[in-house]
Amino acid sequence: MHEAGALTGTAPLSFGKAVNAALARALREMPDTILYGEDVGKPGGVFGVTKDLRQQAGEARVFDTPISETAMLGVAVGAAMSGLRPIVEIMWIDFSLVAMDQIVNQAANVRYVSAGKLRAPLTIRTQQGATPGSCAQHSQNLEALYAHIPGLRVGIPATAQDAYSMLLAAIRSDDPAMIIEHRAMYHGEPQSVELGGPIEEVGGAHVARAGRDLTIVAWGAMLFQALEAAALLAAEGIAAEVVNARWIAPFDWSTLLASVRRTGRLLVVHEANVTGGFGAEIAARVQAELFGHLHAPVQRLGVDDCRIPAAPHLQAALIPDAARIADAARRQVAECASTPSPRGKGSGR
Amino acid sequence: MEALHDTRGDRALADDMAALDIMLRIRRLEEKITELRKGQFIQGSVHLCIGQEAIYAGSCQALSAHDAVFSTYRGHGWALARGVPAEGILAELLGRQTGICRGRGGSAMFSAADYGFYGENSIVGAGAPLACGAALAARLRGEQRIALAAFGDGAMNQGAIHEAMNFAAYLDLPVLFVCENNTYAELTPVADTVRDADLYKRAAAYGMPGERIDGNDPSAVRGCVAHHAARAREGRGPALIEMMTQRLVGHYYGDLQGYRPRGELAEARRREPIVRLEERLAAQGVAAETLAALEAAATAGIEEAASAALAAPPADAGTIKEHLYA
Repeated sequence: MHEAGALTGTAPLSFGKAVNAALARALREMPDTILYGEDVGKPGGVFGVTKDLRQQAGEARVFDTPISETAMLGVAVGAAMSGLRPIVEIMWIDFSLVAMDQIVNQAANVRYVSAGKLRAPLTIRTQQGATPGSCAQHSQNLEALYAHIPGLRVGIPATAQDAYSMLLAAIRSDDPAMIIEHRAMYHGEPQSVELGGPIEEVGGAHVARAGRDLTIVAWGAMLFQALEAAALLAAEGIAAEVVNARWIAPFDWSTLLASVRRTGRLLVVHEANVTGGFGAEIAARVQAELFGHLHAPVQRLGVDDCRIPAAPHLQAALIPDAARIADAARRQVAECASTPSPRGKGSGR
Repeated sequence: MEALHDTRGDRALADDMAALDIMLRIRRLEEKITELRKGQFIQGSVHLCIGQEAIYAGSCQALSAHDAVFSTYRGHGWALARGVPAEGILAELLGRQTGICRGRGGSAMFSAADYGFYGENSIVGAGAPLACGAALAARLRGEQRIALAAFGDGAMNQGAIHEAMNFAAYLDLPVLFVCENNTYAELTPVADTVRDADLYKRAAAYGMPGERIDGNDPSAVRGCVAHHAARAREGRGPALIEMMTQRLVGHYYGDLQGYRPRGELAEARRREPIVRLEERLAAQGVAAETLAALEAAATAGIEEAASAALAAPPADAGTIKEHLYA
């Protein structure tokens, strides 16, 4: 009977239960942690992710707040400056916009402007993305806004293991960190999650599938579309390597660059809008670093700069899926298939 | 009974003399900053608190060393009253290596947590939620400290202030909300942008005490802050104190103040806190020489601090990327 309550060992957990297990562990092992947000205490969260934590850690440390994102996050900054390690749930990333001052102007500046005399080790847990019927204020992908801000850490877990490990890394980090989940994944199939064990450092990408023909980098829910696309491509003889970026800030450039050095092609996939999305940063960096290794220009696939409509079929027309990812990958492989490969000259690998 | 009265009187007199000392040092500091800004030694926007010194002196006299103060960008006075050395403040404004934040904060955003000064804030109203966080941490950590959030009358119309007051009230947090009401929200009279300019009355809506006091009288400030601080320490929750004052200078250095009605500044100068306190102390029998000596010491102290700050090397540009992350 391995459930979220398990302390160590491997347990089959849904993404949401893995988040719950990480929070339970943090509250148990780090006495300076507190957890609060709208409906996280007694109700256990609108997505049920914080269920039972109030009973486990006590109502002084796990509590419900008014609908006041600015106060919630400002309180977290002040409490973090004063020795606590607050974990705040912002129910939808769209709501972080009403309190962006506290994230960007306050939290991100604490350590730098005080020349290291103060710190703000707070964690913001939130979730983003479109699900069928979600309105334009409940469906945005805003990771690039926060990745743009020096001083912040931004992680986007895709697997249940990432949900567990990355959240603990964020909580243990002495910097303000944002963990952006995807609500569509909370109640998915249980996955094998290694509980307990050392808490990792913030940062680090994983190669989710190895391949030699092109690299697809994705994060969050898009990882699974990318993996599905890779399976489609494999049937056609195209071996796509899929990199799960995990952290956008700090971004693991060495893992991605090593992959692209091997494959010579890169397709960046995100659910966010293309213009100014984090994919633009990846494309610019990779082309600057690996110009001579690339067989084709880096391509980006995301929402084609649009507001997100509520109707499911309209959403589906905008958001990248496995078929569109596979199409983009095919075009990229075909486009420069005749280009002599550096690998062919023995300089790859 | 007579002896007790005398002891109280002596105590009040000593507190007033100490307040005058702080107020004079703040005044001299701000005048020195004006001079250095005029000479371009200090660059950028500078917000001076000349005329509002009694608020900082009286409040900080009523606080403990470990309490946490969160001020606005008009914060030099708060910092000095918390005990932050003038040299560190001046060096900060001058961008020196010895600056309290090594030139990263500047005039409008420095902090000195070692002195219970958790920093200025250049976003109007944004410090109040931070103060609530410090108060929450204090309570969960079993500490006796309280937090003081200072902000101007203009901030009373910011959402962050509303959210912070409700947050502090529903959790009974040990926070004092101090509204320094100098009657101007930057360049616009606060009364022009509200229906009811009795800002302290808003406290009732949050279920906490609200008071309006004479912010130019350090003993009134001291007494009121001490009362509400004791209440907060007992776990009885936050309070809003509206302290009425006038700034004798512009909103920022270089503000020509054409928006102020004729005669307003002259009247404000007659009621300014240092003049008033010196008159009261003289009436209570404090010798003119004693007051003059206090003034001279304040001037000498700030001059010395300024010389030391000016002599310090510029903040090291080689460390520019340090302290972004742990």
